[in-house]
Amino acid sequence: MSASTTIALAGNPNSGKTTLFNALTGARQHVGNYPGVTVERKEGSYVLNGQSLKLIDLPGMYSLTAYSLEELVARDFLVQEKPAAIVNIVDAANLERNLYLTVQFMELGVPVCIALNMVDAAKKRGIEINGQILSELMGVPVVPTVARSGQGKAELMQATVQMIGGQSKADPLILSYGEDIDQALSEMEEEISATTPNASYPARWLALKFLENDEQILDFCRKESADLFARLATRRERVARHIATTLATCPEAVIADHRYGYIKAIIKQGVIIHHLDQDRLFISDRIDQVVTNRFAGPLIMIAVIMALYQFTFSYSELPVAWLEGLFGWLSGIVEATLADGLLKSLIISGIIDGVGGVLGFAPIIMFMFFGIAILEDSGYLARVAFMLDRVFRSFGLHGASVMPFIVSGGIAGGCAVPGVMATRTLKSPKERLATLLTAPFMNCGAKLPVFALLVGAFFAEHEARVMLLITFIAWGGALLAAKLLRSTVIKGESTPFVMELPPYRLPTFQGLLIHTWERTWQYVKKAGTVILAISILLWALMTFPGLPETRQQAFEEQREAVTAAAPQDLEAQLGAIDALEAETALRHSAAGRIGIAMESVTRLAGFDWRTNIALVGGFAAKEVVVSTLGTAYSLGEVDTEETGSLGATLAKDPGWNPVVAFSLIVFTIFYAPCFVTVVCIAREAGSWKWGAFSILFNTTLAFGLAVLVYQIGSKLGSSWFFGG
Amino acid sequence: MLKLSMRQMKENQRGVIAAVRAGGELGKRIRDMGLVPGTEIRIQGRAPLYDPVAIRIMGFTLTLRNNEADYIDVTVEEGQ
Repeated sequence: MSASTTIALAGNPNSGKTTLFNALTGARQHVGNYPGVTVERKEGSYVLNGQSLKLIDLPGMYSLTAYSLEELVARDFLVQEKPAAIVNIVDAANLERNLYLTVQFMELGVPVCIALNMVDAAKKRGIEINGQILSELMGVPVVPTVARSGQGKAELMQATVQMIGGQSKADPLILSYGEDIDQALSEMEEEISATTPNASYPARWLALKFLENDEQILDFCRKESADLFARLATRRERVARHIATTLATCPEAVIADHRYGYIKAIIKQGVIIHHLDQDRLFISDRIDQVVTNRFAGPLIMIAVIMALYQFTFSYSELPVAWLEGLFGWLSGIVEATLADGLLKSLIISGIIDGVGGVLGFAPIIMFMFFGIAILEDSGYLARVAFMLDRVFRSFGLHGASVMPFIVSGGIAGGCAVPGVMATRTLKSPKERLATLLTAPFMNCGAKLPVFALLVGAFFAEHEARVMLLITFIAWGGALLAAKLLRSTVIKGESTPFVMELPPYRLPTFQGLLIHTWERTWQYVKKAGTVILAISILLWALMTFPGLPETRQQAFEEQREAVTAAAPQDLEAQLGAIDALEAETALRHSAAGRIGIAMESVTRLAGFDWRTNIALVGGFAAKEVVVSTLGTAYSLGEVDTEETGSLGATLAKDPGWNPVVAFSLIVFTIFYAPCFVTVVCIAREAGSWKWGAFSILFNTTLAFGLAVLVYQIGSKLGSSWFFGG
Repeated sequence: MLKLSMRQMKENQRGVIAAVRAGGELGKRIRDMGLVPGTEIRIQGRAPLYDPVAIRIMGFTLTLRNNEADYIDVTVEEGQ
């Protein structure tokens, strides 16, 4: 056995696979991604008798079909990287269904060692498994384990290594799938062996998958030889027709029936002993009677969602404040030591603000993942999906879409960055994509200062009503946009909901910590670098080209003149000149020129060049809209918490009125997410294409809506929706 | 013995799967979870909006939408 013996951990979701992986590897693990896809690849090591074994935690799956990304990744791994063995984690309380996957591993011919997990929980349910009989009947080692406490893990690895030592390669399990299929299989196997003797897949397995109509395998055979494909397809056609007439079903169904038949036959031979009535209501079922109850269920759900929200955003406030303090302090040092100029501006506005921006999200992401991991590991998240599916399905989404929406700001004040990341709990690819593209419409904490400014200046008498309206617009817009996306660019049947409601379990603390830490770290490492680069780019956009020297000099002369005159309000006058210079410089910069160039178009929505520049700045972070507006109106630095003076300026400005303000509010809700979110969307969707799409689609949608508001509003007068 | 679609079953009603008439991904997922002919099931409950449905099968709880349950035929004892 070589030093790099690889062992794959595989099993059904909720079988305790990750808990066992954590118990085996502890902190010696590393998370990455499978090339080109967003499925996580977890690797770790386990030392047995001084020898290091490489462990791979495969994604949880029920079957080895090619329908889901997880299953495809796991299958490719088994076929291409050829691990020495699979440790197959099987939930002892749920043996029959779990063995369905085991049988498929054995069909593939990879040596399997069964970890009969959670034997303690099974015992509490009155289920006792005779591992020895199971082992003899299936012909593979069976080791009872309790992953939560680590019980049995050493024996498990010992048995696995012993098995690898004893056999270099397991013979694939040859099951009978009934006379018709068996005959077709052996004929097809011969065809395949004759044409492609050295395929990386076993010939019989290829034939079996061909009969199961497996897309990936069909493609593989087509590429190997068009002639072979045609012959196999004809053979399949024949047996399919025969089965359709005699049994009124399809080959896939017959194959599945026989797999389950094989398992049922084994289990009947004294493998399971039930000590209690199988229909007894266990604690988990009793909890469900309340928690998914027609009346109590939704109320409890609202309470849990509110609690998650509070936990994510209130508890992270303190660490966020520490980080802000730290970066403020760093800026202060640079401010004091470096001379005014480009370098100083780059370090403060580009680098420190950029790094601060990246790390500022880290505590929120950490708390969000911790909170959601508790809900997920305990089994509650599956209940939320169950209860809300009917509502979200109407919009082409999934019951589990609610969490990303809430975290993104479904309760005003969230953040789309953790919200987009929270879509990882969604296993349906189309629903997940639609969720992560629409979650940024929710009103995140950074949009609130913009709303506060505009509502304060133009709708002060109807503050509460307008804020509520803004929340409704965001939800309505997000759901309708999801529906639009699901019937156009992400078209297609909804992914089957067929989902397990696992029994409630207490999450393990180690699992929660590892889960939280590795995701937060991935964000900082992978997203962080890109975010820093864009932050510097945005800084450059708003800084270059700088004012020509002659104009800078003009401002300098003004300052000198004022200083020489030494009036009573010298400070104020100097400040006014600084502010005017900042406005002129902003106007002169690339961002300013974009803003001015866009004015002819944005007039349709009521926006002038100042608003345009502010919106360009808002791509860095939505609250920047406020501070940039401040600069553009020559007010100097405007604190996002203290916008009274800017509000007063806007209220007096002839270019502004409630209709313009409302148009800008609508635009702010819907336009391009901040670039941190865009980076996260691209990472979660697995392609920059979707990041670019979110910028274009959202901005187009936002502009369309803003024009609508402005044009209709201007015709009707601003009093129509507030009744005067 | 009476044959009906799973959607028509009442809460706590028991039955045995007679046929799964779905193909493709849906059929595959339904079968993967053990919903094959001959398996016993019991309706455990429905979501607050009456859809999806939760069923008890082989000792665990499975949920599926009503329009997915339509593809599953179940035989039940008459008068139950």
